[in-house]
This record gives sequence, structure tokens and C-alpha cells, in this order.
Amino acid sequence: MIRQAWRERSIRGLFFLAAATSIIILLLIMLFLFGEGLPLFRAYGLWDFLAGQFWAPTAEPPRFGLLPLLLGSLWVTFGALLLAVPLGLGAAIYIAELAPAGLRELLKALVEVLAAIPSVVYGFFALVIIVPWVKASFHLPIGKTALSASLVLGVMALPTIVSLAEDALTGVPRGFREAALALGATKWQTIWRVTVPAALSGISTAVILGAGRAIGETMTVLMVSGMAPIIPHSFLQPVRPLTATIAAEVGEAVWGSPHYHALFALGIVLFLLSLGINLLAEWLTSRYRGVKV
Amino acid sequence: MPKEMLEPVIVVEDLDFYYGKEQALRGVSLSIPRNKVTAIIGPSGCGKSTFLKTLNRLHELIPGARVKGRVLFNGRDILSREVDPVELRRRIGMVFQKPNPFPKSVFENVAFGLRVNGDVSNLKEKVEQALRRAALWDEVKDKLQRSAFDLSGGQQQRLCIARALAVEPEVLLMDEPCSALDPIATAKIEDLILELKEDYTVIIVTHNMQQAARVSDYTAVFLTGGVMVEFAETKKIFENPANKMVEDYITGKFG
Amino acid sequence: MRLRRLTQAAAFAFLTLAMAAVLLALGTILYYILARGAGAISWEFLTSFPRRGMTAGGIFPAIVGTFYLAVGTLIFSLPLGICAAIYLVEYAPQGRAVRLIRMAVNNLAGVPSIVFGLFGLAFFVRLLGLGVSILSGSLTLAFLVLPTIIRASEEALRAVPQEFREGALALGATRWQMIRRVVLPAGLPGVLTGAILALGRAAGETAPIIFTAAVFSARLPNSPLSPVMALPYHLFVMATESIFYEETRPIQYGTAIVLLGLVLALDLVAILVRARLRRGRRW
Repeated sequence: MIRQAWRERSIRGLFFLAAATSIIILLLIMLFLFGEGLPLFRAYGLWDFLAGQFWAPTAEPPRFGLLPLLLGSLWVTFGALLLAVPLGLGAAIYIAELAPAGLRELLKALVEVLAAIPSVVYGFFALVIIVPWVKASFHLPIGKTALSASLVLGVMALPTIVSLAEDALTGVPRGFREAALALGATKWQTIWRVTVPAALSGISTAVILGAGRAIGETMTVLMVSGMAPIIPHSFLQPVRPLTATIAAEVGEAVWGSPHYHALFALGIVLFLLSLGINLLAEWLTSRYRGVKV
Repeated sequence: MPKEMLEPVIVVEDLDFYYGKEQALRGVSLSIPRNKVTAIIGPSGCGKSTFLKTLNRLHELIPGARVKGRVLFNGRDILSREVDPVELRRRIGMVFQKPNPFPKSVFENVAFGLRVNGDVSNLKEKVEQALRRAALWDEVKDKLQRSAFDLSGGQQQRLCIARALAVEPEVLLMDEPCSALDPIATAKIEDLILELKEDYTVIIVTHNMQQAARVSDYTAVFLTGGVMVEFAETKKIFENPANKMVEDYITGKFG
Repeated sequence: MRLRRLTQAAAFAFLTLAMAAVLLALGTILYYILARGAGAISWEFLTSFPRRGMTAGGIFPAIVGTFYLAVGTLIFSLPLGICAAIYLVEYAPQGRAVRLIRMAVNNLAGVPSIVFGLFGLAFFVRLLGLGVSILSGSLTLAFLVLPTIIRASEEALRAVPQEFREGALALGATRWQMIRRVVLPAGLPGVLTGAILALGRAAGETAPIIFTAAVFSARLPNSPLSPVMALPYHLFVMATESIFYEETRPIQYGTAIVLLGLVLALDLVAILVRARLRRGRRW
């Protein structure tokens, strides 16, 4: 019996180790990002990095200004949300509240297909279809613009937003709906005044995680954003988001050079952004879970 | 049918109800008298809650539900396509098994029905009046802006009653309104039901026969298979039922 | 009353349009890629090597490379993910450690894939000296898909009814015996669903393998330490960096179809398994 108890304890310990791996991985990622990124600031000012308006790693002297890249990322993400939030929430409400029961599962599966398409395929599609279309529609010299990137990122953010928002809406207790209808509310009034407010925390989480999806996306923006490291003023300009910059330049950066460290510093920024987004989403979820619904 | 027929507010004629292929109600006919409390009793699964839901067409939310027959409300068949269920539900209110206040303040819960009907003049007075009629005003008048979830279960259920009363329905449907409540809260709701019949017609589904005996003027007994086997004055049902199966049910031989 | 009807009609029209737009986006993408790429697909395309400096021939090495990467990913991530899920579902007392683990899993799921790539480069390729190889790429991807596997496995294990556990424990089984003989067999199909989804994800990812595993041109790998060609990377390079990107469009479309087909087929299998599970469940 004692042997058995000892065995049980060690098995439990093994499983705990496996579960703790996630924490270890997260710590390792931080360790290596900071370990390879922070040395940049031995030779290059932190403020020059954070507030620098020029990204010119091969210039003499090189300049590693974060702003054009960060703003490029935020700009295309903002554009993506302009498309994805109304469409995604609309579709989520449609699936949760309007779709005939037989159609619901099919629609959810189709939205999942959208999530399964690899990002390089999205990028390729954008390159051969959206970019020429943007170029022709707006009479631009080049079609690789923030708009092209935003359009395809918007589509890529849709499944996150639709699925999570749909979950949140479906999770609203049926009693709320019945009560509202029984009081003479129309179906739309029920949706708008009862179901949507009750699901609001889940819906906000959906939007935030959709933004996270767009901001972290690499391949599509690498292929269609135009890659010009300038602070964006318009959607018809090319931009150079953080992710794409890293992907494009790691291959050329000499290991251990300031450029190499600067790319890891961009990685730190990206990591902190995604961490912030996730913590915000988690906080939203936990805050509302406290409400007795 | 009860012998001296009072003026009926709802007349149900030959109502069949199907969930997909399953039949939940078979040829139910009865007349609900105005300003009385009518209890609907029967063993679980006899279709009594289903029956209640057809009276304000809330059964339409259930996928695959179908009805046949007529339900006349003030002489008009509410099952017909021309009748707007939204308008109908304003006039036939409902209280559910479990208290289901919205995740809003006490005040907004009661105001909800008024707001969705665009009836926002004198909102405060109307909310107060509804809360008074639901015998809740004294308990909540100082916490109107607090979340409805801060109330006790019994208070929540009276809040739901107030919410239903605020839109001034003619009929109030109650689907086992005390099944989630303790005896003291139940007694308060029962007192309230007796007061409400001054102004409203109340139809209450209950599995609790004592409750039916305490609060109702008339009682309909449903038995397994969705058949309404007897409808009469409550006193008669409990003391001298005409139907043998009803007698067995009342005396606890089955169900 | 009329106004309320009108508002409702307008709102519903918008919702329906939004749904239609989402479907239209999906349809457009699938249609263009299938319609333009179908002609490029042939047995030869799938089974032969690239010729004439990648401007002709097939994509066989890229298919093989992606296969190795995906399988390697699963070898590392599946056992780890399942064990983690078992801990979270079967052992974890609600406490600080579990909250921390859960937070780590959620955050890991949100880390951009390019950051995994950077990490893989610094850790596996450089520090551990594994070089640009199947091994480095698989390990990097394994970290990336770990949250997917943990979540799917957790869901599968949680769906196993409590009575099964109580039944086993009441017969005098130890916790581990209960898990191994009752919980795992019952939850296995759900766990598999997660594994299939992770496989698709690993096959489709590009950013994490750019620096860790993939090269533009390579022979078939002969060891886990060989670099490989991979479908997503091949498509990316052919579409953007190749000098002949206009002339090789058919190859690009063909590669896109193969990649898309592979990932969607895996996804479809996962969806079917799950749908069957939900329907066929007798508990």
C-alpha cells in the first residue's frame, strides 16, 4: 500500500510537470526575447528606440525607430477591426439568434473553415486578388497598401470574433429571452436590450482577441502591406508592421549585431502587446464571471 | 366544464401539440373564466407547462413545435398568423418557474416592458405601482438601483411578477412560480395571487396540489399523454371529482 | 408598433447581410484558389521534384517536409498536452498554481507565431545547436500548438461524466488507475480531435519555420537534423521572392491548393469526429 501511494504521488508529480511546462515555455520565451533584445540598448538609446521615427537598420549609422512599425501594426489592425467587428458581431448574432436550427451547425463549421485556412494562403490570395483590385480601384501606382492588409486581416479576424461572440450569446440563459418576449418585446428588442448586454463581456473579449489575431499575424502583412517603414497617415499607403519586419529581416541580420538585437527588441514589443491583450481579455472574462447570471 | 359558466377570457378548443413526432397535448378544450384563478395540475410530463406556453405563443421558441386547434382570447384566435405574438404577449403576461430577472437594476427590470413598448411617460410612478401590486415596494424602495440579483429568491420572483404587471396585462400566466422557493416565500406569493385576481385573470401551473387548493377557484387536471381529463371548481375537483383517474391522482394513487 | 417592426426588419436585414458577407469571403477565397489552381494539380505535380530552378516540376519535397514537420510537432506536443490536461482536469485542486498554469496556456495561445519563430531561432537553432532542421522546427511548432492540444484535451476529459470516475474509485481503483482505465479511454476521441486540429495548424504555419526549419531548396531530408522544404514556405517564397513569380503562378496556385486541401481535410476529419462524438455519445 505504501508503495502504491508513493507511485500515485510520483505520477501526480509528472502530470504537474507537464502542466507547468506552459509556464516554463512562457518564461523561456521571455528569457530569450529579453536576452537577445536588451543588448540593443547597450549601444542604442532606449528612448531612441521607443520614440524613433525612422527604421533604417542598414543606414550608416543604423536607426532603429519603433514608431513607424508599431503604428503600422496598429493601423492595419484598426482597419481590420473596422471590417471585422460589424460583420463578425452581425454574423454571430445571426447564428445565435436568427439562423434556423438546422443551419446553425453548418454556419459554425463554415466559420471554422475560415479559421483553418493557413495565413500564407490568405496572403497569397490577397496578393493575387486583393492587391490588384485595390490598385485598380483607387488608381494607385502600387496595390500593396495598409488597405489591402486590413481587408485580409479583417477576414482573418472574423472567425475569432464570430465564434467567441456566438458562444457568449448562446451562453445567455434562455430565461432572459423568454422573459423579455413574454413582456411583449419584439425579437430584436430582446436581442438588443437583453441578450447582447448580458453577453457583453464575452463579446468584448471576442473583439479584443480578434484584434490580437490581427496584430500578431505575420505572413499576410509580409506579403501585401507594401513594407514601407513610414508612419501611416492613410489606408492607401504602404506600411511595415512589426511582425512583417521581423520575418523579413532576421534572415539578413548578422547574428549578434545591433540589427539582430533590434529585431528581438521588436519581438519584445510584440510579446508585451499580445500579453496585454490576453490579460485584458482574461480580466474582462473574470470580472463578469463574478456577476450572478 | 363548470356548471354555471362565467364569462370566459380564454377559450381553448381541441388543442393538439406536437414536439416533432411526439404529441404533447391531445384535444384539450377548456374555458378560462375572467378574474378568477385557474390552476392546472397533473403529474410531470403531462403537458401542463406546454399548454401554458401556447397561451402566449411562447412555444414558438421551441424548435419543431407544432399546434393544431384554436385558442380564443377575447374571441380572437391567437394561434392564427394574423395575430402578432408581440402584441399578444403584452396582454398576456407570464411568470416562470425559476425567477429570471434580467442582469439589470431592480428599477430597470420593472421598466423593461414599458420601455420596449415605448411607454415611458411617468415611468417612476408606473414602476412603483407595479412593485406595490407585487407587494415588493416596501422591501426594495431603497434599493431600486441595486442589481436585481441582490434580492432573495422570493423577492426576485415577486420582482418578475411586478415586471409582468407593469405592462398591465389582462391575464397572468404562472408556470410553477414557487417551485424554486422556500415555504415562507411561497406563502407570500400565494397571498399575492389571491389579491391579483381582483384585477387579473391568473392561470397557474403547479405540481403542488395543496397550492392549487389554496389559491385557485377552478382547477384543470391533466394526465399523462397530454389529456385534460377534468375541469371544474377547485372545491369539486378535490372533494368529489367526476373522473376516477382524477380521484386516483388526487388521492395519490399515481402521478 | 410599426416603428418597432421597421427597426426589427432593418436590423435583421443587416445581420443577414453580415452573415452573407462572411460566407462570401470564404467562398471567394476558396473559389479563386480552386478555380485557378485546379489545372496545376496532377499526379506528377504531387510526386516529382522541382525542375529548372523551381520554375517547373512538382512539389514532392515540400509535401514530405511538411509531413515530417507536422508529425514531429505532434510527437513532442501531444504527450505533453495530454498530460497537462490530465493534471488540470483530474488532479488540480483549485489554487494559485492552476490559475497560473491556465493563464500561461491562454497567453501562450495569444503569442504571435513570429515570436515563436524568434524564440526557436535563439533557443533551438542557436543555443542548443540544432541548426535549421526538422527538429528545431518541430519543437518550435510543438510549443505553438501546445495550448490547442491542452484545451481540446481538457474539454474532452471534462466531458467524461463524473459517475464514471466515482464508479471506478468506489471499486477501489487508485486515481491513476481510474484515469488510465476509465477516463482516458472515454475521452480519447475528443483528445484525437484536438490532435488533428493541431496537426493542421502545424502544417499550415509559416512564420515559426522561416528561421528554424524551412529552406527554399533541399533534397529529401535524411535525418531529423536536416533542413527541409515545406509547403507554406514554398508558396511564400514562390509568390514573393522568386524572380519568376509571374511565370510560376500555376505552381503557386497548385501549392496553395495542396496546402489548403491538406489543412481543410484534417479540419474536416476533426469536425466529423467531433460531430459523431456529440451525436453518438450514450451518456
